[in-house]
Amino acid sequence: MSRMTIPEPDNLSDANLTAQGLRPAGNGRVLLLACGALAREILALVRLNGWDHMDLACLPAILHNHPEKITDAVRAAVDSHRANYARICVVYADCGTGGLLQAACDEMGVEMVPGPHCYAFFDGLAEFESRGEVTSFYLTDFLSRQFDAFVWRPLGLDRHPQLLEMYFGNYEKLVYLAQTDDPDLTARAEAQAARLGLAFERRFTGYGDLARVLEGWALQGTQGAPATRALQKP
Amino acid sequence: MSDEEDDIILSELDDEELVQQMFDDLYDGLKDEIMEAVNILLERGWAPYRVLTEALVGGMTIVGNDFRDGILFVPEVLLAANAMKGGMSILKPLLAETGAPRMGSMVIGTVKGDIHDIGKNLVAMMMEGAGFEVVDLGINNAVDAYLGAMAEHKPDILGMSALLTTTMPYMKVVIDTMKEQGIRDDYIVLVGGAPLNEEFGKAIGADAYCRDAAVAVETAKKFIARKHNQMAAG
Ligand code: B12
Repeated sequence: MSRMTIPEPDNLSDANLTAQGLRPAGNGRVLLLACGALAREILALVRLNGWDHMDLACLPAILHNHPEKITDAVRAAVDSHRANYARICVVYADCGTGGLLQAACDEMGVEMVPGPHCYAFFDGLAEFESRGEVTSFYLTDFLSRQFDAFVWRPLGLDRHPQLLEMYFGNYEKLVYLAQTDDPDLTARAEAQAARLGLAFERRFTGYGDLARVLEGWALQGTQGAPATRALQKP
Repeated sequence: MSDEEDDIILSELDDEELVQQMFDDLYDGLKDEIMEAVNILLERGWAPYRVLTEALVGGMTIVGNDFRDGILFVPEVLLAANAMKGGMSILKPLLAETGAPRMGSMVIGTVKGDIHDIGKNLVAMMMEGAGFEVVDLGINNAVDAYLGAMAEHKPDILGMSALLTTTMPYMKVVIDTMKEQGIRDDYIVLVGGAPLNEEFGKAIGADAYCRDAAVAVETAKKFIARKHNQMAAG
């Protein structure tokens, strides 16, 4: 198999990743079932490392605004793809499911990413925790591109700008966790900070713990492995 | 809003029509209209408590149900809450004067590390609407803030809110400290926030987890009634 076994499907637009997700290419023995917000980063890592045995399917990123739907959506997707792959790995963190996603993954015998959310695993779980930042609002590369579709419009700020203070009144800083060096994305993130009335900080994270977790999975090949545990348990 | 609705003159509606119109206006987050209608009902001799429960709480319950059912999202709820707040600002000073029933009291706050407050504010408002006196500690509260407020205000109920998987475990820290100090059983402890669930509430030793503001009010009333019965029996 060549390095480019995962074609970039033509529906890999950010708008699609937010609202529709992504169908798998149909190649590979291991399926990464991910949040649409991580599609580009995962494909970049797959390509960079030549993980030809890994395929990618995504659920719509916008599910994050309704975390109560994430667990069932992941469950249904695992069920529907199971027959076609030797192994499925779920590229979600807890994402506000309050431990329910971890419980579902344990039950289905699939692994998921440890930690609370993607901001924490891009930054690095340990680093994120030790910073103890409370009044920061985070953007990633994906969110910097999809800010309007993911934050501004769902929060109604396009229609009701007077709500801004009620949402962000207690925040001080917008921290752009940059996965790549892209001046355009940095400029966008900075513009969003200004729009929200927040100070701006750019923090280069690269792919952080996402790279480490995927690498672990890639090396295990098609064999199931001991579950990677979520860090948080009550 | 359509032009047709713009033409409605609130003072020309009879009581029943006016309350129906207030339900619609609350749903649409029209603060000025709600304040005008509250004044009209008061002028017509309605007791402040009746305006509060039948018109405002009644209307907000519809909003809450539609949020629960996924028909409305956060901005609509915020706008409706704003409109209700406008109405309450007129009623609040009148309630005490007119001998409105007092159900009990509550100290509420979002836990340390978390600055989500929309749900917590809504619970505080609906508890006030149901006749509870509410002390709102705001966001990012450490154990000491809760303990200090309990010592100062001697509430019947302690309410804690968390929206992050990383901050929910802090509720247990507060409850454990209350136990250590031998004051746990002096209070009814209610917890809430989207990522929580009933099992979590039990595991950390809260009296109840409440899914939304309406359930919070019901649960609070139930526990207060139980407390009064116990006191009468004991
Ligand atoms: C609006 C929102 C925000 C707003 C908050 C504005 C504000 N002033 O509160 C903004 C955009 C600023 C924000 C910021 C962040 N958020 Co946010 N946010 C949400 C969202 C979309 C809705 C929450 C909400 O307000 N709901 C509306 C209210 C009415 O509902 P509620 O809060 O659930 O409250 C009801 C009940 O739960 C209950 N209840 C609530 N509290 C209490 C208390 C008691 C005592 C009782 C009895 C009942 C009760 O009654 C309420 C009324 O019915 C949720 C996702 C979701 N749908 O839940 C994510 C969500 C909570 N956020 C999340 C995240 C990650 C963040 C950020 C880290 C994101 C970032 N990019 O930086 C920051 C966190 C900052 C911080 N340090 O706290 C994640 C959490 C993931 C996790 N693992 O924990 C969620 C789940 C989204 C997701 N899936 O990724 N967020």
